Amino acid sequence: MIKASSPPAGGFDEMFATGDKVRDHYAAYWRWLEGVSMDTVERKRKEADLLFHRVGITFNVYGEDEGTERLIPFDSVPRIIPASEWTLLEQGILQRVRAMNMFLHDIYHEQRIIRDGRIPAAHVFANAHYQPCMQGIDLPNDVYAHIAGVDLIRNNDGDYYVLEDNLRTPSGVSYMIENRRMMMRLYPELFARHRVAPVDHYPAMLHEMLEQSCHITNPCVALLTPGRYNSAYFEHAFLARQMGIELVEGADLFTRDGFVYMRTTAGPQRVDVIYRRVDDDYLDPLAFHPDSMLGVPGLMTAYREGNVILANAVGTGVADDKSIYPFVPEMIRFYLSEEPILKNVPTWLCREPDDLKYVMAHLPELVVKEVHGAGGYGMLIGPASTTEQIEQFRSRVLANPDNYIAQPTLSLSSCPIFVDEGIAPRHIDLRPFVLSGREMRLVSGGLTRVAMKEGSLVVNSSQGGGTKDTWVLEAPSC
Amino acid sequence: MLSRTASELYWMSRHLERAENAARMLDVAWNLSLIPFAATVDDEVAAPLKITGTLERYIERYDTVQVNNVLHFFSLDEENPGSIYNCIRTARENAHAVRGRITSEVWESINTTWIELQNIRRYGLIAMGASAFMDWVKERSHLFRGAAYGTMIRNDAFRFIRIGTFIERADNTARILDVKHQIHAPGNGAVDYYRWNALLRSVGAYEAYRDLYTDRVTAENVADMLIFRAEMPRSLRSCVDMLCELLPAIEGEAGLDAKRLAAVLYARLQYGDIGHVFSVGLHEYLTDFLRRINELADTIQSAYLELM
Repeated sequence: MIKASSPPAGGFDEMFATGDKVRDHYAAYWRWLEGVSMDTVERKRKEADLLFHRVGITFNVYGEDEGTERLIPFDSVPRIIPASEWTLLEQGILQRVRAMNMFLHDIYHEQRIIRDGRIPAAHVFANAHYQPCMQGIDLPNDVYAHIAGVDLIRNNDGDYYVLEDNLRTPSGVSYMIENRRMMMRLYPELFARHRVAPVDHYPAMLHEMLEQSCHITNPCVALLTPGRYNSAYFEHAFLARQMGIELVEGADLFTRDGFVYMRTTAGPQRVDVIYRRVDDDYLDPLAFHPDSMLGVPGLMTAYREGNVILANAVGTGVADDKSIYPFVPEMIRFYLSEEPILKNVPTWLCREPDDLKYVMAHLPELVVKEVHGAGGYGMLIGPASTTEQIEQFRSRVLANPDNYIAQPTLSLSSCPIFVDEGIAPRHIDLRPFVLSGREMRLVSGGLTRVAMKEGSLVVNSSQGGGTKDTWVLEAPSC
Repeated sequence: MLSRTASELYWMSRHLERAENAARMLDVAWNLSLIPFAATVDDEVAAPLKITGTLERYIERYDTVQVNNVLHFFSLDEENPGSIYNCIRTARENAHAVRGRITSEVWESINTTWIELQNIRRYGLIAMGASAFMDWVKERSHLFRGAAYGTMIRNDAFRFIRIGTFIERADNTARILDVKHQIHAPGNGAVDYYRWNALLRSVGAYEAYRDLYTDRVTAENVADMLIFRAEMPRSLRSCVDMLCELLPAIEGEAGLDAKRLAAVLYARLQYGDIGHVFSVGLHEYLTDFLRRINELADTIQSAYLELM
């Protein structure tokens, strides 16, 4: 019998309701868990480690020796989402990404939302990710963010909140797929007891979407990676292999007469669609960073002439920026005339004097983030920091208020993980992936990240976070 | 297939083949150094340096030709680009860059070799024993080849791996034969016996010789076997035969020059004759072969592998 530690009081736990009562959608899992010994769990954990290492599902860590490869901790207690809850999430996510794609189209064309006064012009045009070169360019299907990752958390009140949107080069989908494969291998009996929505077809969906993003039939699609030292290189290689497309680096491509070609053993081959995992600034040394070795000279010219599709489009960063985030509900109302289904976290923009005043007065309760920060770096979690750390951060914010936003410290919901003694609750978030082509599609599932340390709210893999398999149940489990 | 990918695969297998060949040469040098033929031991020990054209670089580092230094220079020396250590490291880097193009079993065989080699290096060659080390290198090379043969689909990726192997092997067989022949100025019969036998062992052909030739070991027969015999997998003819099969199978119309060079070279080997070789001089013949095989390698490089 496995020992279960109770979730912290006042928090929301995915498995246990108040009074340690197991929630309905975890009932079948719990019955299974009651019959499992810790020895088995430990043996399976070792097996998983070995398999992940052997397959090479690793990520590279910045700031350590180049090429340092680490495993992301994997926990085998699934994060289960009941069908009814997922339906709502799905609608909310699709609504949100649809509105953001319309926003991108608008600001690179007529800019109605700005003229209407719904979003201050400075927030858009002074944004480092706004790309003037995209102005007036028409893209197939009016899609900018072909692939989007929406980060969700669940607060104490049990409601989902969008924490941030990722519209540039969101990563993590390979773990969603590999975690499922691992779970099916380790615990096949669980899948006989639950109707878990499959996620394995994501690469096929992605490939189809990429092909549809271009008007040519049977286009040549390639995945552009910064190279093997990039932290997400494993994922790039994984997705290219799953889709059966070439994994290219900048030096493998060249442009001639406004078209893009790969250098192959059979001579130059035209490339029509590039799923790029390289940031805007490094795409084309002629258009952006002149010293970038990652890009392809002339790529932007080919792109602007419509001879190649980039997914995601150039300039999507202006919509997922933390200073634009507070306006997303407004976008939904403006473009879709709908009320937002998913909640936004209340956000104070330090660039606004009133907001800054509030933030300075409430630093110990708030989470403060850099506008362009990612990966959990450069942020302050007020309640978990010492007075000294808070004061240090205060002077950083005051020196450059434009660079910061603040939010109340939301508590992330918890879900148990296996520990030595049994199971114990840890905080989690959720990143589902949305594909936008001729239509929008969403795999029922996503990447659940988990803070492996007790009490920690930081789930980023670069800071010791782990991952879990995410189950969307298709029908009530038997 | 991307030129860069083909290039990584080609060089991966060239480097692994080079490591194996280094182990084979060292094995002979090491064994002969244990046999007391005082007058020519130095020649034997220096043979690997001459074969690979690294005598000068070696002398810069070690001054005198001495067996333990030569062993170290070829096995674990980081300063020698052609050492087994560096060959395997480079091969592993090549493999890592194209992990999606080789099967996981091929990748794991190379990755494990690299991990084990680092351990061997930590404790030193002496701790493991020179012969045990050479055997280990040969075994790892066999394992890589077996994994590639047994698991990879027969596509261009597989072909470029094979092309790398045969270019490197042909080059090496010719060099070994050339240097050994030069050391073997005719003379003492007993000494000759050991030397030719050692050469046969170094290319794994000791038993094969017994099958193909009934008489005693002679320079003519050994040269015939290593140049012309189609049955001998390390002979120049076998290597070029494989290249002639592999190059035309590659998708696309590129590489006409490479295909022609290979075909011409093969015709010379197919219709060659050992009597003619010895009449023009074995050294001259092999020098010409090395020029041709390297021209072929350069042509393959520019036709398929190099970025325009």
